[in-house]
Amino acid sequence: MQDRPRTLRWINRRPDRAISFLLVIIPFVLVFLAYTIGSEARLAVNPADKLLPAPTQIMETAERLITEADKRSGKILFWSDTAASLSRLARGVAIAAGIALAFGLIIGILPYARTMLSPFVNVLSMIPPLAILPILFILLGLGETSKVALIAIGITPFLIRDLAQRVAELPTEQIVKAQTLGASSFAIGLRVALPQALPRLLGSLRLSLGPAWLFLIAAEAVAADAGLGYRIFLVRRYLAMDVILTYVIWITLLAFLLDLALRLISRHAFPWAEEGL
Amino acid sequence: MSFVEVERVSQSYDRRPILDRVSMSAKEGEFISIVGASGCGKSTFLRLLLAQEQPTRGRITIAGARPAREPGPDRGVVFQRYSVFPHMSVRQNLVAASALGANFFGCLFGAKRKAAQKTADDTLERIGLAHVAHAYPSALSGGMQQRLAIAQALMARPKILLLDEPFGALDPGTRITMHEFLMELRRETGMTVFMVTHDLGEGFKLGDRVLVFDKPRWDPVDPNAIGATITYDFDARDSGIPFQRLQEKTHVPIEA
Ligand SMILES: Nc1ncnc2c1ncn2[C@@H]1O[C@H](COP(=O)(O)OP(=O)(O)OP(=O)(O)O)[C@@H](O)[C@H]1O
Ligand SMILES: [Mg+2]
Repeated sequence: MQDRPRTLRWINRRPDRAISFLLVIIPFVLVFLAYTIGSEARLAVNPADKLLPAPTQIMETAERLITEADKRSGKILFWSDTAASLSRLARGVAIAAGIALAFGLIIGILPYARTMLSPFVNVLSMIPPLAILPILFILLGLGETSKVALIAIGITPFLIRDLAQRVAELPTEQIVKAQTLGASSFAIGLRVALPQALPRLLGSLRLSLGPAWLFLIAAEAVAADAGLGYRIFLVRRYLAMDVILTYVIWITLLAFLLDLALRLISRHAFPWAEEGL
Repeated sequence: MSFVEVERVSQSYDRRPILDRVSMSAKEGEFISIVGASGCGKSTFLRLLLAQEQPTRGRITIAGARPAREPGPDRGVVFQRYSVFPHMSVRQNLVAASALGANFFGCLFGAKRKAAQKTADDTLERIGLAHVAHAYPSALSGGMQQRLAIAQALMARPKILLLDEPFGALDPGTRITMHEFLMELRRETGMTVFMVTHDLGEGFKLGDRVLVFDKPRWDPVDPNAIGATITYDFDARDSGIPFQRLQEKTHVPIEA
């Protein structure tokens, strides 16, 4: 009997390389086209329209922003803004990661710490970080500290919970095995739990970068004298959409690159966790 | 007094009896296979021997020491899975076996580290894993992983070795190689072994005794009301064929 030629189920069909590439760029191209059409339509009606600047104009603005120094300070603001923002982000995220690693580990392996701290961290994570931004400004001043603190406070509870969960999920077999090899609680934390928590930390950091940017830009919008978020909210007064869009695209690109960097680091540093990522 | 003494041990979870007055004793160097239906409490019995859990009633003593309250280096263990550390290479797993218990930090430095590495390399050579020394466990076959797990457990020189279906996930061919591996290690170390298995043949082949866990009675109203205990204790020496040895001292010289 001849088999009826059957088409594959859609769940079993996979795009090949060329088609994949096409599929990836289609949404980007569509958005770009939609924007261009909208922009042209508006500019046709009113050539002085500022809401949807033409892509060419954004390019020009971007070039000017990247290369031309500010007349008053002599610095290229685009780069000094980037440096200011990235440094705040890095400090906030680093502090959060350090705290989360320490607390995540002890909550994950010590029942006493879990009983005492787990509900507390859960409650902390319910506090909307932006709601306490004014408190941070009052307590820590309008300088760098309060912005770094907002980022750290904003993402730490999530990181702690995630790591504690991950450590608690380590197979009991491993923990028991370590005990039968004579390991102390500390040795189990250091040599069994910590190394296995690290790839998860990088993974959760990747997820936290979105919120981290949010808190950074919010803090900069409220009070700052430099930074990507500060600049966006500053030029908003002049309806400088071309500048805003340039900055937004740049922030998106930075976020993408940071994510990529974290992914590469974890793939290189933790080859044994390959399939877990 | 015997080497391992289990005295009327019962274990219940949420007042549901799993094990009910289990008593047995084992001599030093004996290999004891444990068989029984799924869920009858074999792993629970091993956890009690391991001191990972405390029995609801009864006590377990090993080598006359006080009953242990937590797992320690006098008991080695190999589970069906997850017995080695996935983030350490094969060699690091063996080095860690020496290092973890060496001090509070579980790290060795300098000459001690060198010595541990030397031991690890010798062991790798002996168990035939030298060629994958730097691979991570996930890259090993199931048989290799279990060989590593057994070697790692023996590094701490435990008084008893507890195996919970160690070869359960292996194909029949690999299983037979693993039997030889285990018997060889046992001849070298004279270790007392408890092994849970679902393979009766394996139990009789490796064991000196085969213990059968089962419920002694059935409660017709509530099948969960009664815990399991040891219902048979077979002599498994001489391939399980009984009456191959003189039971009594006859004072008559046996001719060779
Ligand atoms: N920590 C626990 N809390 C509650 N019940 C448990 C716990 N551990 C085991 N049990 C129950 O005890 C019973 C015996 O479990 P155990 O793992 O000892 O069986 P087993 O004989 O090893 O079975 P298998 O052959 O499937 O491995 C099971 O019904 C299980 O659900
Ligand atoms: Mg079991």
